[in-house]
Formats: sequence, structure tokens, C-alpha cells
Amino acid sequence: MFPYLMRRIANYAILLVIATVLAYFLAATQLNPLGLYDLSNTKLNWDGIYATFTSYNINPNDPVMDRFKVWATGVLTEWDWGKTPKGESVNAIISRRMWVSVRLVFLGSFIGMGVGTALGAWTATKQYSVADRIITVLSLIVFSTPVMVIALFLKLGAIKANAALGGQVFEFVGEGSGLVGRAQHLLLPTISMSLTGIATYSRYQRNLMLDTLGADYVRTARAKGLRKRQAITRHALRTSLIPMGTYFAFALATLFVGASITETVFSWHGLGEYAVTSISTFDINGTVAVVAFSGMMTLIGALLSDVLVAVIDPRVRVS
Amino acid sequence: MSDSSTAGSARLTRGQILRRRFFRNKSAVAGLVGFGLIVLLAGIGPLVARYHYTEPDFLAFHVAPNADHWLGTTKDGSDVFAMVIEGLRKSLIIGLSVAAIQTAVAAIVGSAAAYFGGWFDKVALWVVDLLLVVPSFLIIAIVSQSVSGQSKGSIPLFIILLAAFGWMLTARVIRSMTLSVRNMEYVTAARYMGVSAPRIIARHILPNVSSYIIIDATLGVASAVLSETTLSYFGFGVKPPNTSLGTLIQQSQGDVAVYPWTFIAPAVVLMVMLVCVNLIGDGVRDALDSSSKSGGRA
Repeated sequence: MFPYLMRRIANYAILLVIATVLAYFLAATQLNPLGLYDLSNTKLNWDGIYATFTSYNINPNDPVMDRFKVWATGVLTEWDWGKTPKGESVNAIISRRMWVSVRLVFLGSFIGMGVGTALGAWTATKQYSVADRIITVLSLIVFSTPVMVIALFLKLGAIKANAALGGQVFEFVGEGSGLVGRAQHLLLPTISMSLTGIATYSRYQRNLMLDTLGADYVRTARAKGLRKRQAITRHALRTSLIPMGTYFAFALATLFVGASITETVFSWHGLGEYAVTSISTFDINGTVAVVAFSGMMTLIGALLSDVLVAVIDPRVRVS
Repeated sequence: MSDSSTAGSARLTRGQILRRRFFRNKSAVAGLVGFGLIVLLAGIGPLVARYHYTEPDFLAFHVAPNADHWLGTTKDGSDVFAMVIEGLRKSLIIGLSVAAIQTAVAAIVGSAAAYFGGWFDKVALWVVDLLLVVPSFLIIAIVSQSVSGQSKGSIPLFIILLAAFGWMLTARVIRSMTLSVRNMEYVTAARYMGVSAPRIIARHILPNVSSYIIIDATLGVASAVLSETTLSYFGFGVKPPNTSLGTLIQQSQGDVAVYPWTFIAPAVVLMVMLVCVNLIGDGVRDALDSSSKSGGRA
């Protein structure tokens, strides 16, 4: 298994490097930081602006190959991902915002995965009951709803609730301070992030579980006198969790950048928000760093799913 | 076929079976009816609307829904009903065209890669993997941000961009499905009879993976509408004077607290449309997938 994994890692690493380089050329040629300024304004000191951009290595008038060489050398020798058009260090921004994202994303995705799997497994054992039908309809509605619609509806509801309760019970701007404050600020974005996860994972888990519930080994276990509950948890649930591992691993890819909508609606200055603002503010180096970061997450996710499947599923190890 | 069915032994063609299975599924029929109503709304909406979507009413800024402006107006006096209808039309056009294009590309690339094998397969797989590693959302955003002039924020540009980055996963699945069909006797027979490769792919391979293609195309409509909505929400999508449901939600997000009707109308229409498409998709899947028990017996 080890040589196989090493080959996969090498393959992924090459893909990631090529993707990042392509992203650099795309961003460097397509994003023009001069767009931040009013081009018709003659009072601006254009020579100064060009000189500043050159020192940040993002001057669109410099040949793109030269800029690439400077950028690549910086990344390779000093792990320096460059500067934004405002002169901030991209490294500093990413490492700061990453933790903001972690604080938001971790809870939301954890709840989404846990509750979704549990709900899916439970509804599968109760197939076609009233509860199953209601949950099926609700999850269909939730995953048909774009995240910003969910988030904005939550915000609208919170504003109405606050007005009715006569105070700021629900907070929806930024991170807040203190334990209670943080919890207040986390509530709505966490709901907004986990709802889609719950809906999606419960559908997957329900389908997987239905397949395993009818499997021969579950029937055999029952026939040998195992209680229904034990047969379900030990045999049906366990096998149905194997493919879920793959879904969870790949969720990692979308965790950071994928939270951009929730972060934008609730004003969390995390990586997802940066992914969007870096493009709209013509921040070449920031955009490339975000692309590389999210590509790396995809690859870690893919690798993790390979490992997970190999560890959980005995069939893979044998073959 | 027709002889035996008139003889009373009730043999059904494949199409009839699929139709029966689909129409027995109540939620799928509900989705189909709902989607039909939405298309109807998009079709006749401009005829019954009192205002044109580009025609602001300067006597009514941000008014709540009333008899004149059925769904209220926005901050520049545009009629929300007219705007929502126009946005719905554009979102429908984008969803349907993107789904059609990306499914066609995926079918061609996926089946050709598996059929020809060798270096062609390797290159195709590599490109697919590369495109999957790059976050396509960001790439589309970069490209749409840099486009200048008339095509900025236009509908055709979006259809092309979304389709260009939406075919990869489907292509992978079609490729692996083709691999299992490729060495079937009838394909080999056709090859020895001198049938050309494109013809074999079109006549013998694709029909055998068609159920997956149809399911994917149906669900592709929903995902294309979702992608467009998300891009527009961040300002990388369809831009005025063009409009889409995503653009309308983006424009209204700041006003949610004070003028909720500007947001609720496009959001609800979008939700209902996506629920209907997903219901149809589920129904199609159940009808086409012979191992599925949810369709009942045909």
C-alpha cells in the first residue's frame, strides 16, 4: 500500500504545482490592479503608482515572465507568496484569516457531518414512515436552496426576532468577544453552514444504509439471533459508513474557500471571503495563494480518502 | 412489438415502461407540474406585467407590494415582479443551456477517452484531474472579472464559462461506464464489420450509458443555476442591464432588513425552481435505474 500512496502523492504534487503556475499566469494577465484607480484622474502620481506596483511585483506593464520569475523565486526560496496591491503580505493575511475560517468552519461542518449521518441512518431504518417522508422533503428543500438564500433568510428572521424580543439576542455581524458574545455570533453562521451539510449527508447516508440494511450479512446476523439493534449498528451502519468517509474527506476541499458565502453574509473575515475579495480587488498574489491553498486542500482530501478507504475497508487491503 | 401488444399480452416498449415508472412517482409528477408552471410564468410573465423590467417608476421608490406593483419596487423604482420574471427567464436559459452543453462535452470526452484508450485516454484524464484541482469557481470569477466591454456580465459568456468548468466529473463517470461496455461482443462485432469509431460510440456505446447521461443532464440544470446564482451573488456573474435571479438577490442583500420584498421574491422563485428540478431529477433516476425499488413495478 505504501508505494501506491507515494505514487499518488507525487502525482498530486505535480498536478498542484502545474495548477498553481497556470493560476498565476491567468491571474497575472487577467487581473489588472490599475483598475483600483480612476484612470482618468490626472492628479494621481502615476509614476509613483507604477513604481509601487513594480516593487510589489504586480505591475501589469512589466513582462509577465519576469514577474513570474520573481514570484516563483520568492515562493521557492522564502515561502513568500507576494504582496497585495495595498502592500500587505499575502502570507500574513492567509495565516490570519485561516484561523478565522477554522473557528467558523469547524463547528458548522462537524455538526453537518454528525447530525446528517445520524439522521440518514435513522430515517433509513424507518423507511417510508411519516418521519422519513418529512425529513426527505425538508432535506430536498434545503439542498435546493442556495446558501446565501438560507443565510439571508436566517438574517431576516433574526432581525424580526430581535425586534420582537427587544434586544440583540441574535448577532449577525462579525465574530464578537467574550464567550457569550462569540457564541451569539457563531449561532447563525453555524446553522447556515451546517444545514446544507445535514441535508446532503443525510441523503447519502440514507441511501447507503438502505443498501446495507437489505444485505445478506445483516440478514444472516439477524438469523443467528442478534438483536435488531445490534445487527443494524454493528453490521449495517458500519459498512455504510465506509463510503461516507470519502465524502467527508472531500468535504475538506470545500471547507475553507467554500464558506465564502456564509462568511460574506455574516461579515466573518475568513479565507472564503478573502478568496472573493482578492479577485474583486485585483489582488494577483492573493488570488494565486488562495487557489494554491484550495488546491492543496483538494489534494489532501483526495489523499485522505485513499488512506481512509484503505484503512476502513478490508476489501481494498486484500486486493 | 405492436402485434403482441394488440394481442393483449401487454408488452411495453422501454419508453412506455419508463414513462409509467416516472408518472407513478407522485413527487416527480409534482416537480414536473411545478417546473411547467414556472416555465409558463417565465413565458407569459412579461405579457401580464404592468411594467417592463428596464422601466423605472420614478414615483415609487422602495414601495411595498401593492395593486400597482404586485411585488413592490426596488430603490430605483424598478418593478420587482417584472425583474423577477426577467431574472427567471435568464436563469432558466442559463441552466438549460449549460446542462445541455456540459453533458454533451462530458459524453463525448468520456466515451472517446475510454473507447480509444492509450495516450488519448491519459491526456483526457490528466486534463480532467487538473481542472478538478483548480477551484473552478475562482477561475470563472477571474475570467469574468477581466472581460471588458460589451460581453462583460453577458449571458452567453456565462453559459460558456459555466459549461467549460462543469463537465469533468461527469466525463469521469461516463469514461468508467464506457470501459465496461467497450469490450462487449456487439461492440467488437461492429468494429470487425468496419463501422467507424464515432459511429460505434454514438450508436452502440452512448445508448448504453444514456440513463446516466439523462440523469446527469437533469441535475446539471439545478447545479448550473446554483453556480450562476453564487457567482452573481459575489458580483462576478450576470451584470446589469442583464439580470438573473442571482443578480437580483445580490442587489437586494443589503436591503433585507428594511425592504424584505426585494429579496424574498427572487429567492422564493429560485428555491421553487430548484426544488422542482431536483424532484424531476430524482424521478428520472428512479425510473431509469432498474435496480431502484422506489419506482414500483412496471
